[in-house]
Amino acid sequence: MAGIADVIAVKDLRKEYQTPRGSVVALEDVGFTVREGEFVAIVGPSGCGKSTLLKILAGLLPATRGEVRLRDVAITGPRRDIGVVFQSPVLFPWRTVLDNVLLPVDVQRLERNGSTSRALDLLALVGLRGFEHRYPWELSGGMQQRVAITRALVHNPAMLLMDEPFGALDAMTRDALNLELQRIWLERRETIVFITHSIPEAVFLADRVFVMTPRPGHIAEEVAVPIARPRSLDLAAAPEFADIVRRIRAHFRSTSGVDA
Amino acid sequence: MNAWRDTAVRLVLLVASLALWEAAVRALRVPAFILPPPSEIGAALYRGALTGIYVRNLWITLAETLLGFSLGSVVAFVLGTALAASRRTEYFLYPYIVMFQSMPKVALAPLIVVWFGLGLTSKVVSAALIAFFPLLVNTIVGLRSADEERIDLMRSLAASELQIFRMLRLPSALPFIMAGLEVAMVFSLVGAIVAEFVGAEAGLGMLIQSRNYSMDVAGEFAILFILAVMGLVLNTILVSIRRRVLFWDASQKAASTGASLRGGP
Repeated sequence: MAGIADVIAVKDLRKEYQTPRGSVVALEDVGFTVREGEFVAIVGPSGCGKSTLLKILAGLLPATRGEVRLRDVAITGPRRDIGVVFQSPVLFPWRTVLDNVLLPVDVQRLERNGSTSRALDLLALVGLRGFEHRYPWELSGGMQQRVAITRALVHNPAMLLMDEPFGALDAMTRDALNLELQRIWLERRETIVFITHSIPEAVFLADRVFVMTPRPGHIAEEVAVPIARPRSLDLAAAPEFADIVRRIRAHFRSTSGVDA
Repeated sequence: MNAWRDTAVRLVLLVASLALWEAAVRALRVPAFILPPPSEIGAALYRGALTGIYVRNLWITLAETLLGFSLGSVVAFVLGTALAASRRTEYFLYPYIVMFQSMPKVALAPLIVVWFGLGLTSKVVSAALIAFFPLLVNTIVGLRSADEERIDLMRSLAASELQIFRMLRLPSALPFIMAGLEVAMVFSLVGAIVAEFVGAEAGLGMLIQSRNYSMDVAGEFAILFILAVMGLVLNTILVSIRRRVLFWDASQKAASTGASLRGGP
């Protein structure tokens, strides 16, 4: 059902890769919708096709069958109204923090003056005010990933795609950034598709969690997380949180590669 | 201060080695046409400086080197970009380039002089030819070195190929290009001197050869000294440009002391 408030509608998605030893099905019959302002997480083990799914959502990869519609327009290639945050910050070391944030503005030839004040506001939002003229290599890994989030938001995208954005960070930094992402989302209500292999992270952040099982990649269950926000890190000990985590983990009993 | 003491030690070492050279040559009665003592080389430098013969020829060799360097670099960069941009172009052209590269380019100098004459042109062509390859190879490797994730990021923003080139591939290639330019500068000086050896009306290489014929070995050493200083100055200029341009490069921050040493062709 693609309602009017759906930002993203994925239907019957299939992705096949051709390899020298025949074709491999990475995604099979994947379908879901994401509403305006909704925070959705896709959780699954490595190799379950979640990165393939993200690349299709970002328009970086064509689907073999099925379609993705963004605000009711089919995604056929890269679009200017999508923000992507990758696992590593992917910053350009020759650009200052501010210039890195303004990269989408430069690429899309938007007006730099208005965008600069917007970029500075966003940097303040992620706690990086005062670092705008530093270079990425002068920042810690967590700060670099905040710059990447800011960059993904600067051109006001219709949706934000996040591909295990905190996967490469240490546990404490990861917790801090999860809290920060929640705060940003509460303030701005972006539509976010967040891909992760950490079940607690998915449950902590999302309104709904899509559980993805591998070979071929398929959405096995959709789990709603009816826990009020703002959620605190102590939530991990709460029974309703543990119940949801357990329910998701049940899908991966036999498979490894998921943090529980 | 430590820096002052280090500089003093360097100076003492230099003076000591020159004194040892002078003493050894005099004690062993080495003939001046085999190895002249530093004092005679100094005297030759002074005499030449008075007549202006060094300065006149230095400008010529410097002009040949810089023109050859510029010509070779521009052609190498343009061709390298074309080869890096298209696998098809590379497929058809690369075998010739590899063949040409494995050939000792100095062996072409006599032909180049026959084709382009005794004047400036043949020296510029020779210098350009030798300077060409290190930059060509580095440009290709550099332009292909752009990180896949960064390319994905640019694509996800709907960037055009030209934008990806300008904003990502070119900056990513700069460390390679700068290293290639440093080698190209040294090589183009070699190319100019070799072509002057084969046949020239002026230049420091020509001067070396005419002094060799007249057994003026001290004079030869004086020119070698000038050439060494010239090479050092050119390299220092490039290194300081590199430091400015590549302030962000990790390898740059790690090793930023002293001029790099590289072999000739």
